[in-house]
Order: sequence, then structure tokens, then C-alpha cells
Amino acid sequence: MKPALFGKTLAELTDLAAGLGLPKFTGKQLADWLYCKDVDTIADMSNLSKNARELLEEHYCFGLHAPAKVQTSSDGTKKYLFETATENFIETAMIPFKERHTVCVSSQVGCKMGCLFCMTGKQGFQGQLSAGDIVNQIRSIPERHEVTNIVYMGMGEPFDNLDEVLKSIEILTAEWGFAMSPRRITVSSIGITPGLVRFLNESEAHLAISMHTPFHDERQQLMPVQIAYPLDEVIDVIRQWDFSGQRRVSFEYIVFHGLNDTARHVKELSRMLAGIRCRINLIRFHPVPGTPLRATDEVTLQWFKDELNNKGILTTIRASRGQDIYAACGLLSTKALADKATR
Amino acid sequence: MKLPILRNDEISDSVFLLAVQRRHDFKPGQTVKIGLDDGLPPRIYSICSGNRDEELQILYNIKGDGALTPKLAKLKPGGSVWMSEPGGSFIGTSDPAVWIATGTGIAPFYSMLRSGLAGNKILLHGVRRADQFYFSKEWQTALNTDYHRFCSGEVVDGTTHGHVNLFLEQRELPADRKYYLCGQATMCVEVRDLLIAKGIPFGNIVVEIYF
Repeated sequence: MKPALFGKTLAELTDLAAGLGLPKFTGKQLADWLYCKDVDTIADMSNLSKNARELLEEHYCFGLHAPAKVQTSSDGTKKYLFETATENFIETAMIPFKERHTVCVSSQVGCKMGCLFCMTGKQGFQGQLSAGDIVNQIRSIPERHEVTNIVYMGMGEPFDNLDEVLKSIEILTAEWGFAMSPRRITVSSIGITPGLVRFLNESEAHLAISMHTPFHDERQQLMPVQIAYPLDEVIDVIRQWDFSGQRRVSFEYIVFHGLNDTARHVKELSRMLAGIRCRINLIRFHPVPGTPLRATDEVTLQWFKDELNNKGILTTIRASRGQDIYAACGLLSTKALADKATR
Repeated sequence: MKLPILRNDEISDSVFLLAVQRRHDFKPGQTVKIGLDDGLPPRIYSICSGNRDEELQILYNIKGDGALTPKLAKLKPGGSVWMSEPGGSFIGTSDPAVWIATGTGIAPFYSMLRSGLAGNKILLHGVRRADQFYFSKEWQTALNTDYHRFCSGEVVDGTTHGHVNLFLEQRELPADRKYYLCGQATMCVEVRDLLIAKGIPFGNIVVEIYF
């Protein structure tokens, strides 16, 4: 299979054009066709010479992949299933809410992190996505022109594929690319410390950390990453970073019944996050098969939110969307894998 | 801290045991971060030696797409590596427990064995090839019938053909002891799910995934 043009940076496009003996400005022209215009074949790149197009087609493909399947929720959320080159599946969600249209992209095929509450982790890890695979999840959905926000909260751990994630952010935010504001992009991680430092240094996108409990022993039970990269270290890195400007850090917190929804947790969260300008997003748990965890009730959820707000931590409850279409990340692709195995 | 390498021996195909002088106290099961002079971020490895041993050992396999291990494998005695102080909370105790490992995930348990914590333990070690049952003689001596070997890639005398799940599915499992899992994500997640399905509280399952 020929390598794809889509997903390459301006520097890479310029290099490959030079490698084919094409003029230096061809790189800029390619970026314009790939990321700023609505074409999907090399033949459509009408300001390139016929010779240039033939050369490019000989060595490269355009590199877009349409979704294999879509499910639409009664609330308007859409879940797209993309098949990868390795015949696995990744999921992308399109979440409309008032004027905002948020795309939730995957960064890996499967995941290695093994979080107890996560369906994607049950698939195991099947491979990395390229920057092109990541940006394609935005470019190849019908709502591409309506997208206002992008969140890296789909399948996979972004900091375990950081080179490609950073490259995808470059393509999304560069003037020669999609020219989006980095303030419209949020990358969510479980907190792999070396990746976190690099992400903060090399991008301007918002950061979300999957926390789920402030206590070491509890987090270790929920998230094996805690053994290697404890939350204290993650908080130390964040504390050293200036989030007083437009860049935001938030903490994701799935609320489990009787496990992480108590006054003890409010007190420790308040101590741990003191002095950090941040927000906590409380998330309702939607059980995955075989999980020993249960969702907290609505009364406790509201109480927990109010207690945190009373402590001075801006806390919101994330609206659950797309519950009728396997919205929990990993469910749809796991079903697709199972269906494929059955066939 | 930059430390001279004492040994870096290939003990089975593409699997190496690297030794440096031990400079710090540690708890059996802990890890160190290892790096080279190439500016790349260090990687985390379980310590594979006892907490009273003079040498500190690391068991690693060469990952074809890895940034560190192909270079690490080329280092000879006299070369050096950067090594952090020990850390991590996958820590063994003297309480009864079941240790479950695949491949080089045996390393933290070997550290626990060498540190005198093998009493009242059951070890399940799953590998693909027979030459991957690292330290099997010492395990046999220490655990005798509580040492269970599973080989998925070939039929080997004295071992069970298949995965560690076989053992867990067929046995009554005590719910009041800890289950330590170490290895690749797929095994850890599958075995954790299996243990939970068999009634083991998730608070009794300690998982270290080799990311």
C-alpha cells in the first residue's frame, strides 16, 4: 500500500515534494489541498502540473478513509466506526450541543492501560494510530465543516502515542492546516508523566487528567498506571505549570457508588488541588460488562458536586450523551470485533 | 545516577539480564527508570534481584520498535546506563498470595523470591516458548508444587500447554488473599476479569502492566 499524503506536516510535504524533484512550493500547495480544500484525490489538485500529479500518484495515496458505520442517538450524538489498515476498529463520536459540535477522537487501536472501568482496555492493545488516522476522524465525517471542538477522549492513551498526537495537533492548528485554535482542543490522559511534560511544552491545547480518586491505593485498584506514574507526580508537574491564562487543566472524575463519592474524597481533592486553577468534571458511570463497579446515585452525585464547589473547586457534571448507541468508548468497536470473529 | 554495567547477558532469545552494583535500598517488586545518553525519556523496569543482593538486576526483552532496548542490548560490561532511585508500589509482602506473570513479568516476583518473600505463595508463569521460564530451577526449589508453568507456543514436559487462565478457571480460588499480576496488558486485563468473575474482590488484585 502506498504511503498517505494526508497526515503529513508542511515540512514533511515539502521534503517529499523535493524528493520527487518537484518545486519547493509544492509542499505548501499540497497542504492547501489536503487540509483546506474539500477534495479527496490527487487528481483533483488542479494547480499542480499533470506531471506532478502523476508522480505523486505513483508514490502516494491521498489517504482519507470513510467511516464503515455510523449510529445516531436520539439526542443527536453520532458514533462513527472506522476500520483500520490492520482490520481492527476505532470509534469517533460527534456530539452536538447547542452551537457546539465536539468530535471525540481515538488515538490508539485498543489500549494498554487496563483501567478497571474501561471497555477499550478489554480489547487489549492492537496498534498506534498515525497523525493521519487521527485527523481523518475529523476530516472524513459528514459534519466536518461544523466541528467547533476536538477532544482526545476516545480509544487509547494519547500520551502513549505522543509523537503522532502532537503531529495531529500541529496539523489541526497550523495556518497551513485546519487553522483551529488550540483552545478548541483538549487532550485527555491518565497521566504518563514524561509525556505530560512534553505535551505541556510542545502544544498549547487544553489538558484533562483522568483522576477518578485522589487516593493512591484506590487509584491503583482502578488504574494500574498509578503504580508507575502516581498521581502525586502528575499533580506536581501541573502545579509547576502556569494555567492562569487561557490554557485550561481539568480533572475527569467518574463517580462510583461507595468508592470515591464520600466526604473523605472531597476533603482530599480540596487539599490536593489547592492553588491549581482547574475544574473537575464529574462523569456518570455507565457500567461495562463484567465490571464490579456501580454508578453513584443522582442525589450523591449532586451532593458531591456541591461540596466540591463549596470548597472552591469549580465542579460540573458532564451530561451523558448517546446512551442508546453504545456511547461508552470501546463498546461499539468491541461489538464490531466480536461480530467479525463470528463471521 | 550513571552506573557502570557489570553484566548484560542474553539469557534466552532476545531476553537480557543486565546487572549493575546496587546503590539504594528498595522494596521487592519496585522499579527503576533506565535511560541512555541519547536524550530520550527513561523507561521503567522492574528490579529482578533481591533487596540484599550486591547487584541490582533488570530483566528485559528487545522490542523491535522500542527506542531503548535495542540500544541497551548492545551495551557491554564497562558501558554505563542512567538509573533512577527505586520507586513504585507493586510491593510484595510475607502474606499468602498468588503471583501471576507472563514472560519477563516474572521479574518483580523473582525480586520477592530473592528477598525472602516466597513463603505461602503460588506462582503461575505463562510464556510462549520453553526457554522463557526464567529462573525455573530456583522457583522449583522454593515453591515445589506451588510453581505452575504454562507454555502456549509448544508442548513441554512438566508444563501445562496453554495460558494461565486454564489454572484459574479450573480451581477454587481463595477470596481472602492478594493476587499480584504482572505482564502485558492483555493478560492482566483478562486475568483480572476472570478473578473478579470468580468472586475475588477487585481490591485484592494488584496489577502491574508493562506499558
